[in-house]
Amino acid sequence: MTATVLQAKGITKEFPGVLANDHVDFDLREGEIHALLGENGAGKSTLMNIIYGLYNQDEGEIIINGQPSNITTPNDAIEYGIGMVHQHFMLIPVFRVTENIMLGAETLHRDKNRTPPFWKRGIFEWVRQLDFLERRAVTKKVSELSHQYGLDIDPDAIVGDLPVGVQQRVEIIKALYRNAKILILDEPSAVLTPQEVEDLFRIMRELTSRGVSIIFITHKLKEVLAVADRITVMRAGKVVDTVIPEESNEQKLASLMVGRDVLLKVDKKTAHPKGDVLTVSDLRVVDHRKLDVVRGVSFNVRRGEILGIAGVQGNGQTELIEALTGLRPTRSGKVILAGKDVTGKPPRVVTEAGLGHIPEDRQRHGLVLSYPITDNIMLCTYYLPPFAKGFTIQQKAVDEVTRQLIKAFDVRTPSPFVITSKLSGGNQQKVIVARELSRPVNLLIANQPTRGLDVGSIEYIHKEIIAMRDRGVGVLLVSAELDEILSLSDRIAVIYRGEIVTTVDAKDATREQLGLWMAGAKPESA
Amino acid sequence: MPETEEKKTKPQSFLSGVLQEAVSGSVLVPLLAILTAMILGGVVIAMAGGNPFAAYLGLAEGAFGSAKAWSETAVWATPYIFAGLAVALAFKGGLFNIGAEGQLALGAVVSAWIGYALPDILGISLPPVIHVLLAVGIGMLTGAFWAAIPGWLKAYTGGHEVINTIMMNYIALNMTSFLLNGPMKDPSPTNVIARTPLIAESARMPVLFEGYRVHWGFVLALVIAFLTWWLLQKTTLGFEIRTVGANPDAAKYAGINVKRIIILTMALSGMLAGMAGTVEVTALNYRHELGFSVGYGFDAIAIALLGKTHPLGVVLASILFAAMRNGATRMQFLTQIPVDVISVIQALILLFVAADAIVRYIYRIRAPEEHLTLTRGWGG
Repeated sequence: MTATVLQAKGITKEFPGVLANDHVDFDLREGEIHALLGENGAGKSTLMNIIYGLYNQDEGEIIINGQPSNITTPNDAIEYGIGMVHQHFMLIPVFRVTENIMLGAETLHRDKNRTPPFWKRGIFEWVRQLDFLERRAVTKKVSELSHQYGLDIDPDAIVGDLPVGVQQRVEIIKALYRNAKILILDEPSAVLTPQEVEDLFRIMRELTSRGVSIIFITHKLKEVLAVADRITVMRAGKVVDTVIPEESNEQKLASLMVGRDVLLKVDKKTAHPKGDVLTVSDLRVVDHRKLDVVRGVSFNVRRGEILGIAGVQGNGQTELIEALTGLRPTRSGKVILAGKDVTGKPPRVVTEAGLGHIPEDRQRHGLVLSYPITDNIMLCTYYLPPFAKGFTIQQKAVDEVTRQLIKAFDVRTPSPFVITSKLSGGNQQKVIVARELSRPVNLLIANQPTRGLDVGSIEYIHKEIIAMRDRGVGVLLVSAELDEILSLSDRIAVIYRGEIVTTVDAKDATREQLGLWMAGAKPESA
Repeated sequence: MPETEEKKTKPQSFLSGVLQEAVSGSVLVPLLAILTAMILGGVVIAMAGGNPFAAYLGLAEGAFGSAKAWSETAVWATPYIFAGLAVALAFKGGLFNIGAEGQLALGAVVSAWIGYALPDILGISLPPVIHVLLAVGIGMLTGAFWAAIPGWLKAYTGGHEVINTIMMNYIALNMTSFLLNGPMKDPSPTNVIARTPLIAESARMPVLFEGYRVHWGFVLALVIAFLTWWLLQKTTLGFEIRTVGANPDAAKYAGINVKRIIILTMALSGMLAGMAGTVEVTALNYRHELGFSVGYGFDAIAIALLGKTHPLGVVLASILFAAMRNGATRMQFLTQIPVDVISVIQALILLFVAADAIVRYIYRIRAPEEHLTLTRGWGG
C-alpha cells in the first residue's frame, strides 16, 4: 500500500443557496491517477479550488503527507507542492514558453559588487541596480524537465503559436517547475483532439511513474476508464462512490453520476431520407487573415437524415458553418437552402429560409446572457407573430411561449424570467435548442451541440436532434467528439484542411478509419 | 397550461421592474451614493466653517421651498432629462455618447435660426404651433445627424465613438461660436454679446402657469422619458438596440443588422440631446447665446450613470441635480457657503456611483453577479 499524499476530510462549502460540497472525503495516493467524475455543478471544481486555495472551506480539513495543512491562497498550495492546470489556460500568448514558466517565480540576478552606495550612483549605476531576469538557467531547467517527462517542448517558442495540446504541456511544466508533486488537471481533455488526448494520457502515466500524483477532473466516462487508477464519483456536492476501473463500466459510472439509469447509446431507427434540403457547391471561405480555410467544399443534406461532419478542430468547420448561416461572407460557390439561393445572404434571410442553428459558441452567439430566458426565446424571431404585433413586443405571448417551451424542453429553472447567465450550461443549451427547434425549420445546423454538457443533457439533446430528423428535417451536425458523430449520423463527411476528404455511410464507418482520414490520410480511390 | 402557474410569475411591468431593481441593490446603491456624498459634503462644509444642517436646509428651501422654487427646479431639470436620456439610451445600445454637449449646441443654434429667420425668408408669418414644431423638430434632427456621424464611423470603420464624439464636440462648439459671433449675431446696435436675435413669438413654447418660468418643455421631457422607456422595453427596435448593446455577436446571429442599429442608436441619442438644446431656446431663453449650456451634456453622463440608465432613474437624477443647482443660490444667500460646494457633492455622487464597490463595502451590500456593461473596450 502506497502512502496517502493528500487527504480531504469532511470538506463543506456553501455558496448562497447551494451546498457545493457536503462533507466530502477524498484521498490521493502517491503515484496514482485519481479521477474525479461528476456532472457540471456536482462540486468537483469547488473541491479542487478549495484544495488549491482559491476558495476556503467552511468546514473540514486537508491533510498533506500526514500533516494538517493550512491552505488559504494558491501560493500556500504551491508551497505544499500542489499544482493546478485549469481548463482555461493561464498563459500569456505573446510571451515565450520560458517567460510564461518563470512568471510569478522569476529568478533574478544582480551584480552586487558593481553597485556603489546610492549617493555615489550615476544614471548607469541605477540601471545596473535593476534586477535582471535569469532566463538562461530557466530555459535549461525547462529543457531538462521537458526531457525527463517526455513533454517535448521548445522553451523559446512563443506560446500563442503553439497548438492547444502543447500549451497544456506548458501549463504542466509550469507546475513541475514549481516542484509540484500533486497535480490537479481540470477537464484537461475538453480542448484536445483525440490524438492529443492520447498524448496527454501518455504524459500522465509518465508523470505518475516518477512519483507525481494526479487528480484528474472530468465528466468523460471513456477517459476515466482508460487512464485512472481509482475513480471517485460526485453528485450534488456529495461523494457517491469510489471505484476502480476494472470493476466498473461506462453504464455503471453514468448511473452513479446522474443518479438514474442513462441511455448511453442513442436509440434511433433507420433514416428515410427524401430530397435535398441543403446543397453546397464549391464553397470557398476565407478567415480574418484572408487565408483560404474552406477550399471548394461540396455536399448535400437530405430531408430526414443527419449528415455529420467529422474533423479535428480548426480544419475549417467553424468558418464553413458561419458561411452557411450568414455570419461570414463567402468568397465563391453556391449555397441552396430549401430551393432558395442563400449564398452570402445575411443571417435573417437564411433563418427565414428555414434554418435552425445551434451555434458552436453558445454564450457568444446563441444567447444574450444578461437577458431573462423570455428574451432569449424570442431572440431570432422577436419581430414576427406571436412575439410582435407591428413593432410592439407582445410580452404576454412571449411569456406564454417561454413557459410552454420550458416545460416541453425540460429547462430546469424556477421561472421564465430568470437571467440566463444563472442557468447551468446544460440548461442554457436547452434554451437554445428549444428556440431553434420550436420553429418550423427545414434544416438544423448543430455545431458542437453537447460540448461541455453533462450526461443527462447530452442524452436529452441527442434525442431531440433525432426527433427532428424523424420529422423530416435535414440535420447538419458538426462535432469534435467522434463518438457523437458516429452515434447520431446517417452519413459522415470528413473534413481536413478545409476540404471534404470523403463522405461515407455511417454504417460502414469505423472509428479508426475516420481517425486516419481526420489526420489527413487519403481515402483509396473513393 | 395550468392556471396556477400563470399566477405565480407575473409578466414584468414597469413598476415590478423598478421593484426588482430596488431589491437587487441597483437602486439602493445610487441612493446610498447620494447619502454618502451628502455626508462627506457636510464634512467639507463644516471644515469651511459652515453649519452643514443649515446649508442643506437652505439648499432644500431654495429647491422646493416655494412654488417659484419648484418651478425653477423644473426649469433646470428639463435639459438634464433630455440630455440624460440621450446618454442613457446610447449606453443601452452599448455606446458611450460623450458628444451630447455638441449635439445639444447645434440643435439649439439651428432651432434658434428657424425661430428668428425662417418667417422672413419664407415671407410669411407661421402659425404658432407649426413654427414651434418646426423649430423643435429640425433642432432634433440636427442633433440626430450630428450624432449619426460618429455612429457611422463606429459601424463602418470601427472608429471608437468616445474619441469621435469628443472631436465632434469641438467642431460643433467652435462652429457655434463662429455663427454666434458672425452670421447669426444679434444685429441690434446695443448688443455686444455672442447671441442670436430673439426668436419670433410664434416659435415660442408657452409657459405652464402664468408668472412662473416652468414651461411645456418640462412636460415634454417627462413624456419623452416615458416614450424612451416604452421604446426600449416594449418595441422590436428597442429589443434590437438592447441586444446589440448586450451582445453584438448574438445580435448578428439573431439576424439584427448591427451596423444599422449602431447608427440608429447614436442618431436617437443625438436627437434627445438636440431636444435639450432646442427646448432651452424655444421655451426658456428665446434665443441661443454662447455659453448658455453650463455643461448639460457632460452632467448628462453623471445623470445617466446615477439613474442606472433607466429612464425613470434619469428623471429622478435630473431632478436631484436640478434641485442642487437651483437651491445652491439660496443656500449661499442664507449661509454664505459658496455654491461651489454643490459641485463637490455632485462630483462625489458620481464618484460613488462609478466606483460602486466603495458604497457596497461601506454598507455591506453584496455585489451583483453581472456587472452593468456600459460600454465595451477600445477594440470595439
